[in-house]
Amino acid sequence: MKINTIGKLCILATVGSMATTSAIADTSGKRIALSNNYAGNSWRQAMLTSWDKVGSAAVADGVVAAADAFTTAENQVTEQAAQIQNLILQGYDAIVINAASPEGLNGAVKEACDAGVVVVSFDGIVTEPCAYRIAVDFKQMGKVQVEYLADRLSDGGNLLEIRGLAGVFVDDEISAGIHAGVEENAQFEIQGSVHGDWAQDVAQKAVAGILPSLPEIKAVVTQGGDGYGAAQAFKAAGRPTPIIVMGNRHDELTWWKEQKDASGYETMSVSIAPGVSTLAFWVAQQVLDGNSVPQDLTVPFLEITQDTLEESLANTQAGGVANVEYTLDDSIAVITGN
Amino acid sequence: MTRLLSPNLLRTLLPGLSLAALLLAIFYLQPRTMSYFGLNLLLNLAVPIALATIAQMFILCVNDLDLSLGAFISLTACITATWLNTTPLLGVLALLACIVAYGALGALIHLRNLPSIVVTLGMSFVWTGIAVLVLPTPGGAAPGWIRTLMTLKPALVPFPIIALVVIGLVVHVGLMRSAAGVVLRGAGGNAKSVARAGWSLLRVKVTMFSLAGLFGVLSGMALVGLTTSADANIALRYTLLSIAGGILGGGEFVGGRVSPIGAVIGAITLALAGSFLSFLRLNPDWQIGAQGAILILVLALRLLISAREVRR
Repeated sequence: MKINTIGKLCILATVGSMATTSAIADTSGKRIALSNNYAGNSWRQAMLTSWDKVGSAAVADGVVAAADAFTTAENQVTEQAAQIQNLILQGYDAIVINAASPEGLNGAVKEACDAGVVVVSFDGIVTEPCAYRIAVDFKQMGKVQVEYLADRLSDGGNLLEIRGLAGVFVDDEISAGIHAGVEENAQFEIQGSVHGDWAQDVAQKAVAGILPSLPEIKAVVTQGGDGYGAAQAFKAAGRPTPIIVMGNRHDELTWWKEQKDASGYETMSVSIAPGVSTLAFWVAQQVLDGNSVPQDLTVPFLEITQDTLEESLANTQAGGVANVEYTLDDSIAVITGN
Repeated sequence: MTRLLSPNLLRTLLPGLSLAALLLAIFYLQPRTMSYFGLNLLLNLAVPIALATIAQMFILCVNDLDLSLGAFISLTACITATWLNTTPLLGVLALLACIVAYGALGALIHLRNLPSIVVTLGMSFVWTGIAVLVLPTPGGAAPGWIRTLMTLKPALVPFPIIALVVIGLVVHVGLMRSAAGVVLRGAGGNAKSVARAGWSLLRVKVTMFSLAGLFGVLSGMALVGLTTSADANIALRYTLLSIAGGILGGGEFVGGRVSPIGAVIGAITLALAGSFLSFLRLNPDWQIGAQGAILILVLALRLLISAREVRR
């Protein structure tokens, strides 16, 4: 009951001062923990770095009392369940989870909820109803590519689709989104489809293999990590470079920049930013603050356009992925936009 | 002989003393754990580990080693979260079949005189394969009665403590205090003399492996009761945890020398070591190493005690 009234007050306060950062005092004593199951690739490392950067700034500003990250050593469900129970015992007010399994942690998550701890899961989400979920809409990520192309090419044309790793959920979802987009925009036709495994070298070989059998290709729809390879394959075959949708990787953005400077080449780039961990952080903070937050949120993609290319490229490490960290205001926009 | 701290007594007390030291350290670091709620959270995941450790102890007792236990428990967890929940009869039959299969493995190892490490290592892939077939993607749901049992909130004493004490005592009485238990342990310690006395070694091995299978099934069921769902890799860590727990609790690799109560204590110690290190805010990269260091420390203490025994 008490929380409810505070919540209402906070909503009023937030509505009153949405533009400025609001409600700093309310969560200054709260502690938020990140329970992460795996840190073994560059995306996860970037995710942890973003958490640390935003979290420590929030602590320094007095927004929260602590924002500690914990990673399990072995990426095992039982280990992460024990870790979450330990975090409950350590008295954290909210636990942000990137889960080893969507179902296997539900028991521990339920324990946390029952103990009054706010649980926010992102990327690797949990299905326990009492937790908040920040999910990735991979389908939409496929669809926006076709929608962009529909804007650029009003006459439509032939498309080449580069898929990811066969048999993986993410690959099926993005591809389903692309096909849904093509169905809505009948002027496009997918002439060929290859698996690039989200790797430039694999994508280059696959595209080079299918190109001789294809008519003129207007555009290439991709899943990220394959755009640069596709461009190289078109160049090697001596064919005109189509509009290739990029996936925010450093090599892709670099190539795009070169083409833009040389010939005014235009395209777009889309992927998920590792900084989504910071969105989860702010969502947890908002829930602790008593604000009403929908149980299921969707991560916005990080889209790079012709205008933001230079800025994004400058902020991306060589060999890395373009990243964006969320501020409190960005996060409130995501929450209320849902 | 009448000295207050004889090496034998010390060795018996060592697992309990290490656990007490660890518990005190945890209570000091995180006073919140010193409550009904805290002990419940601290210990509930130790219940399936203790059951797994008991299963491994039966195998250790007949001088074998089971490297497939984690995969086997994952399989029983998958069966519990799927068939036992939706079609209980099929689930019960499947779990019984698992136990029978374990007994058959014991017979195979004995009759063909095969090294158990090789057989069980091979079987671990078979168990994982079947588990993936039963539950291709993580999911399933715990049967209501198991969930209710594992989340019981009895008055005064938290459920995990009751469960752990019961597990330890039941196995202790069965294996250490009964006539049949003496034969079973004797077969691990000195197989020849037990065989000469007219006991069937085959029957002993099959019994011990079946018991291991039974406790493996119980461990899988308890785990699902806590997690509410399963996946095919859910308990892979339990293979090494169960071996370490059994040894930590006073068991030895020579067969016959085991201690059920010690095994339960060893399992709790291992589960608590993880919590202790996380309360210390130790970097996760160091945690596995630190867990190993705790293990080495306890075993080194035991060696010191044994050395004193030899000197006397």
